[in-house]
Order: sequence, then C-alpha cells, then structure tokens
Amino acid sequence: MPRERTVPIRSDLDIVTARVEGRELAKELGFGVIDQARIATAISELTRNIVQYAEQGEAIMRPVEVSGRVGLEIICQDEGPGIPDVGLAMQDGFSTSTSLGMGMPGAKRLMDEFEIESEIGIGTTVIIRKWLR
Amino acid sequence: MIEASRIPILKIEEFLVASVQVELYDKSAVMFKENLLERIYETKAKGMILDLTAVEVVDSFMGRIITEVGAMAALMGTRVVITGLQPAVAITLVELGLELEGVYTALNLEKGIVALRRMIAEGEE
Repeated sequence: MPRERTVPIRSDLDIVTARVEGRELAKELGFGVIDQARIATAISELTRNIVQYAEQGEAIMRPVEVSGRVGLEIICQDEGPGIPDVGLAMQDGFSTSTSLGMGMPGAKRLMDEFEIESEIGIGTTVIIRKWLR
Repeated sequence: MIEASRIPILKIEEFLVASVQVELYDKSAVMFKENLLERIYETKAKGMILDLTAVEVVDSFMGRIITEVGAMAALMGTRVVITGLQPAVAITLVELGLELEGVYTALNLEKGIVALRRMIAEGEE
C-alpha cells in the first residue's frame, strides 16, 4: 500500500501541490485517468475553500481498505471560522466568497463518499472517498 | 512559482495561439488571463486559440477564468476557441456542474483554426 501524505495548505501554491500529490497517490492505487482527474479536481475545490475561508489547514491523503474494498480517502481540515449553514453551503451556486459556489457540491458529485463536519469558531473537516471498482 | 508571462502567446497571421503546458496557480491563472487580453489589444488579433491539451485539471476556478477570457475577448471583438480538452477534463467539468457556457471549443488546434475562420467570416458578412 502507498504511504499516507499530508500537505499543509496555506496558499494557492499548496492547492496545486495537494492535487498533484493526490493524483499521484490515486495512480499508485490503480485508479484510471478519469478517476484521477475527478480526485485531483475534488482536492482542488476543497483545498481552495481552506485558502479562501480559513487561510490555513491541511489535506491528508491515504489509502483505505474496508472489507476487501480499496479506496483513497482525503481529509481536508482547518481551524477556520466554520460554516454557519452546511446545508446551504452544499447547494449549487451558493458562495460567500469569490468562487462560483461549485466547490463543495461539485466535489461531492465527483467522489463516492462525502462527509462534512463544521463548527463555528472551531473549524471544518471534510472527508471524501473514492473506491476502486 | 511558474510565471504566467512565461507561457508564450504566439501570433500566426490574424490569430493568437496560447498553449498552457504548466500547472497554473490561481494567481498565475489571473495574470495569464490579463496577459492574453493585453496581447489581443496590442496585436488586434481577430481570433485566439487557447489550447488546453496538456492541462490535466480544470477546477471551478480555472473554469471561471476560461469563461471570463472568452467573454472579455468577445467584448473586445475577438473570438476565442478552446482546443484540446482531455476526455477526463470534459467529464469532470460536466460532473462539477461547469459547462463553460458561451465558450467555443474544438477538438484540436487544426479544427480550432477552421472554427475561428468560419466565425470571423460569418461576422463579416
């Protein structure tokens, strides 16, 4: 199994590092080029949210195995302001910043699993997974 | 850091051709957009090809930049055609919910030039 990687997220440069590392890990795990692009794009969206809203955080990427299924898990976490209304943030076109608001719902559509926990003043953690078929 | 100004923007007859061969950071993507518009103004090009053959990820930020380049160039009277989108990029764009509205696309550089010539000819009729 490939090793776990952690990318600190502080600026737009780290967004590129995170998606390049994520794509590399996906490739090592045996994901095809289309899934590699989905995973890299989802990482790009979630890490950009960190830069825009929380200023800094990290992306942890690791292989996972659950009852014989192999997949890739990415945890994007920050200690930013938190999201007041997660339901609203998951709607297409909703954004409080400069992006088009495609980030979170878009990342969810690109991946197999999407979990979010956010608490005001504490921070936000988003976990996404893609399984090998 | 990759300097956006290091992406060559070539002029061939009445067209500009720019091919993105590097991973663009957000700030360099914004700079690249501005460079493209300045080159259009300087050269009075009638059309521009933005070739994305080597681009492996187009996220919502990059998608917005592409849409903006098309819209801004149109305001200046210049047609833009995007060429060479990889299948994986096209799939993720649609799944993401970004369909690059108002942006003209062509399979490759050659077809892009044909499309530009046609669009310009129609505009002059």
